[in-house]
Amino acid sequence: LKIKTFQMRQNITIEKTACYHCGDDCETLHYVVKEKNFCCQGCKTVYEVLSASKMGNYYSYNDHPGATRARTDKRFEYLNSPEIAAELIDYTDSQVTIVTFFIPHIHCSSCLWLLEQLNKINPAIHYCRVDFLKKQLNIRFDHQKITLQQVVEILYDIGYEPLISLQDIIKKQNDIKKDNLIQKIAVAGFCFGNVMLLSFPEYFGISGYENTFRHFFGWLNVLFTLPVVFYSGRGYFIAAWQNLRKKVFGIDFPLALGIAVLFIRTVIEVATHTGAGFADTLCGLVFFLLVGKFVQQKTYHHISFERDYRSFFPVAVHIIKDDSTQAIPLAQLQTGHRMLIRHMEIIPADAILLNGDALIGEIVYAGGRQTGGAIELEVVKPVYQSYLTQLWNNEAFTRQKDNRMQTFNETVSKYFTIVLLTIAFGSLLFWLPTDVRRGFAAFTAVLIVACPCALALSTPFTMSAALSVFDRNFFYLKNIAVVEQMAAINTIVFDKTGTITTGNSNQIKTEGFLSVPEQQLIYSACINSAHPLSRMICQYLGGQHRLTIERYAEIPNMGILATIGSHRVRVGSSKLVLGYKEIAAKVTKVYLMIDNKPLGFFEFSHRYRDGMENISEMQPAYKIYLLSGDQDHEREELSQLFKGQLGLHFNQSPQQKLDFVQSLQHQGGRVMMIGDGLNDAGALKQSDLGIAVTDDVNNFSPGSDAIMDGRSFHKLPAFLRFSKDTISIIRFSFFISLTYNVIGLTYAVTGMLSPLTAAILMPLSTATIISFTSLATHFAAKRRDLI
Amino acid sequence: MNIIYFLIGCSILLALAFLAAFFWAQLSGQNDDLYTPAMRILLDDDAEPPADK
Repeated sequence: LKIKTFQMRQNITIEKTACYHCGDDCETLHYVVKEKNFCCQGCKTVYEVLSASKMGNYYSYNDHPGATRARTDKRFEYLNSPEIAAELIDYTDSQVTIVTFFIPHIHCSSCLWLLEQLNKINPAIHYCRVDFLKKQLNIRFDHQKITLQQVVEILYDIGYEPLISLQDIIKKQNDIKKDNLIQKIAVAGFCFGNVMLLSFPEYFGISGYENTFRHFFGWLNVLFTLPVVFYSGRGYFIAAWQNLRKKVFGIDFPLALGIAVLFIRTVIEVATHTGAGFADTLCGLVFFLLVGKFVQQKTYHHISFERDYRSFFPVAVHIIKDDSTQAIPLAQLQTGHRMLIRHMEIIPADAILLNGDALIGEIVYAGGRQTGGAIELEVVKPVYQSYLTQLWNNEAFTRQKDNRMQTFNETVSKYFTIVLLTIAFGSLLFWLPTDVRRGFAAFTAVLIVACPCALALSTPFTMSAALSVFDRNFFYLKNIAVVEQMAAINTIVFDKTGTITTGNSNQIKTEGFLSVPEQQLIYSACINSAHPLSRMICQYLGGQHRLTIERYAEIPNMGILATIGSHRVRVGSSKLVLGYKEIAAKVTKVYLMIDNKPLGFFEFSHRYRDGMENISEMQPAYKIYLLSGDQDHEREELSQLFKGQLGLHFNQSPQQKLDFVQSLQHQGGRVMMIGDGLNDAGALKQSDLGIAVTDDVNNFSPGSDAIMDGRSFHKLPAFLRFSKDTISIIRFSFFISLTYNVIGLTYAVTGMLSPLTAAILMPLSTATIISFTSLATHFAAKRRDLI
Repeated sequence: MNIIYFLIGCSILLALAFLAAFFWAQLSGQNDDLYTPAMRILLDDDAEPPADK
């Protein structure tokens, strides 16, 4: 038996034109205004609104600046509810209201231009300012002339729908940076510069008759160190004190000790006219340390890592009461309420279906997105007790992650502190019997010279360089500690749908031509099956007339046999349809046969993300598991990718996923969980490193340690190798800084450390570390093909 | 050489003035958004849309 394939493609290619507004292909040519083509009614409306307000310039700054809009009805009535509005508004008085919106679509200069001209559309809007990187719009408007709902509707009309969610990420983000770090750096830098200038005469030698200058400069230096120690360096003393009370020797303890000793010795030397003191070393130390801290604090303004179900769910729900709908805040939704859920809305609570297209009386779980017509549901469980949200009651969400592995820095600084104190007291005891003053000089000099400045800087500089490498590859880490966690991973757990498979199902291709009656037969056979491939075929064939089926059989992992009317339909694998097994191909094919006549096949290409082949190569260095909430229809295909069936787990509930990760951790696994949806949220939180995969970083992604753009999924093995490289770089730079410390210590233990030596050694070691880590990270990234 | 006292006093006062200016800029939020103004300056204020090509 030989399969006959038809070369004719089913799709008739029409000449495609790009939509003037959003740039998508126009499928039809129905929407034309002034010789400009639009892909949908939504885009056309936006153009009309803009040209009516003489805003046509919007299109002249960039080509196709808009976002496509499939949905055209407005649903912002809930903003009239005072409780909801109060949550969103920044400030209000009798005249004006100020509100900040997060608008994900802000991406080009056209957006900026248009959004800052809102008062041309409505004069009641006084002021609008865009913060481009944060994708925020700050609006001040006269609330007696225009309501909050109308403001949002204007934004919607011009194609910039704000993302309004209960968990208000805007306010949270603005609250974060209040530690005055920049001001502290400014003060430290200011004093460092002045002190250096004033110290030069001492280093170059001051003649005897200029001795009055020496004291003058000395006291000025002491004056400059005061703000450095008590304002800029305060944080180190506080951190060291907290560490001591918890009985841990963190890196802050030797740092604080170094700062304190430098300051006290400088004051004593200047006061007793015995020397010049170490004022410039002190100021330089604090300055460089703070710069290291600043580098460490990289933040992504437009990405939120802390999202939970509250930002996934809508702000308000429409309920039906006395035959009319009204919007209520989600928190007020109670058991017994009748909700109205429309197209593309999310079901916020477990509910029973009252009417709609789907099966009436069925329980619908929270988290699903309604597609198609509107449905009415009766709430059976309040939002915070639904099947999905009860995950958040798990202890994984309430406790701090204390099982984190100790970072290299923490491990090292413990021993470092002990060795440092031993050498310091040793040299004190050695000199004490012969020369008390020399003993104290040696003691303080050891603490000064061994102050782990370079050690404290190596981690932040390496990690922030690594972070920007990841950033370039569309992989966004929450903070620099994540790199180190990633290097320690030995177990990887994948979610299936949305994570290793792509979200859209459009990659279906047919070989062969199907007549309309044939399409009907195939559709009618496939509509009975819940298999994802059958569903995709039905979706592809569209709303066909459904024929009644006489006989129907679905053979697991093989396909469907059906008798419809006088026709016998076979849909499935080559083995079932054609009688022989085809050599395994990268693409999945579903063969068709009606009345023993082969009709070609449907081809599903790229169902898995690019680079899934690389995943299996990561074994056995990493243990790899798959956790899927779906049925095991794809077990056979997946077992090829995952090299065997042992790691595959199907039918997993969100709670089971969490428990599975926990059990791996009990077996000593350091688990990286890669997931995408709310049902992975528990496992992501429980794991040592949770990565959320998303096709659009502005879209919802569950709370995680890192967010990965789907485009860079194939680079995962490279990311893991690169994270290990960065750890090696940190270790090596640690040895460099130790070498400098040993050189300094040979001077220090003799008690003869000159201020000049300290003043040269400290910046020199810092410069070496910074340049080494930056260069080494750059080369490591190049080696892994990441830049 | 006593002029040194005066000169150093002057230079420190001047430097303090700059430090104060930086603090003022920082606290009044002038450094909060360093990206958008650079784009804003490239946009015209009240230009009519150019004729379609």
